[in-house]
Amino acid sequence: MADYQSCLAFLCELLQKYNRKRVMINENTGLVADLGLSSLEVMEVIEQIEDHYDISIPLNILPDVNTVADLAQKIRDLNP
Amino acid sequence: MLLDKFKEMAAFQAELRDRRLKAFGAVTDEIVSATEGVVEGRRVILAGTNNYLGLSADPRCIEASRAAASRWGTGTTGSRLANGSFAEHQALEAELAAFYGVGHAICFSTGYAATMGTCATLAGPGDVILLDADSHSSIYSGVKLSGAEVIRYRHSDTADLAKRLRRLGDRAANTLIVAEGIYSMLGDIAPLAEIAELKREYGAMLLVDEAHSLGVLGERGRGAAEAAGVEDAVDFTVGTFSKSLGGIGGFCVSPHAELEDVRYCIRAYIFTASSTPSVVASTRRALQILRDEPQLRERLWDNARRLYDGLKALGLAVGPTPSPVVAVEFSDREAAMAAWQQLFDNGVYVNLVVPPASPSTNYLLRNSMSAAHSTEQVDRIIDAYRGLIDAGLVTPDAA
Repeated sequence: MADYQSCLAFLCELLQKYNRKRVMINENTGLVADLGLSSLEVMEVIEQIEDHYDISIPLNILPDVNTVADLAQKIRDLNP
Repeated sequence: MLLDKFKEMAAFQAELRDRRLKAFGAVTDEIVSATEGVVEGRRVILAGTNNYLGLSADPRCIEASRAAASRWGTGTTGSRLANGSFAEHQALEAELAAFYGVGHAICFSTGYAATMGTCATLAGPGDVILLDADSHSSIYSGVKLSGAEVIRYRHSDTADLAKRLRRLGDRAANTLIVAEGIYSMLGDIAPLAEIAELKREYGAMLLVDEAHSLGVLGERGRGAAEAAGVEDAVDFTVGTFSKSLGGIGGFCVSPHAELEDVRYCIRAYIFTASSTPSVVASTRRALQILRDEPQLRERLWDNARRLYDGLKALGLAVGPTPSPVVAVEFSDREAAMAAWQQLFDNGVYVNLVVPPASPSTNYLLRNSMSAAHSTEQVDRIIDAYRGLIDAGLVTPDAA
């Protein structure tokens, strides 16, 4: 069971290595809009999350994911 | 604004025009043979056409096509469900089913429609599709339309696939695993023996896209599943007529009788005009040649190995094993574009592949071999690549 806050903390740390623009990463940070992740990088991030939580993240959820908070929420939902 | 999202593409197209780079959408002015043509005014060796057996120019296929056009006319003017099922289509379906040793086959107007339509229909809401991360665009389009839960597994990584099947629990029984025989960009072959084992262990179904492996792999040319000895584990085989068979169209074959019902649920089959009879006739003839002349496959592999070994000996970054698709990877965008142009100027047409069409951030010069290439042509292609090294566009062992 991963709560929202721990998902958020994990994501903020994970995304640091993609933080080329040196922005402040918090729950409102946009994965593409602010961090500028490419589609390939988004999939890399997803794979690392999947390994960490031992879950599979369906591609279907991605259109609804814009911010770090959106992603943290989805992880929490998939990891009951 | 609605069209703003195309600005990035417009800028890329403008860049290509400024550079006079004809890598995308180059116009073929004349076909001299299966392996030679005049492209954008320049006579070139065709080394990026997927014409694996060279059958697009086979006189027997051309004659079959001509005769069918005379008999049936130029088109069917309708879908298979309406007025577009001709005896030619039925005969091709029967021949494909017999070729694969299964009971059921469906023909489609394009390979894209076959793969997309089948993936979009077989699994639906409540089901799961597990697809290889490097799947072709037609597969991604299809699974998106399916309404199923779509999960990627790492490219040809069976440990990752196993993990994902385990995570699904009981839902694995409602899962369609999707793999390709030969992956189109790098030419690598899927580990189908291991995938088939997992499919059996978890009770899932397996669809294999043999678009680039039909006529290329297997003792009888049926593809990667035949080569791996696991055809009995494959529930659905899809493929195309536009590569080894030198025409256009696609198919799905299956041992499951339900395919006959699935047929009437595939939108890409129902709501599009059927293949023109001349194309179906050339495909039938080509399938016969593919079946009867295994020496074409041997010649293809001789050429593939010659090119692969030649490029590897130059120190270029090619894939791990020989394959009829030989891709040279470039990390530098400028070098890749300049290299494509130099190859073209030196009379060799290959495919330039840019991200996201390539499976990584790298750029590819993608070569596809044909049984119809002469040894001399293969050597000229290798020479042209040597010219890239001489020009400093690529450094051996560090492309």
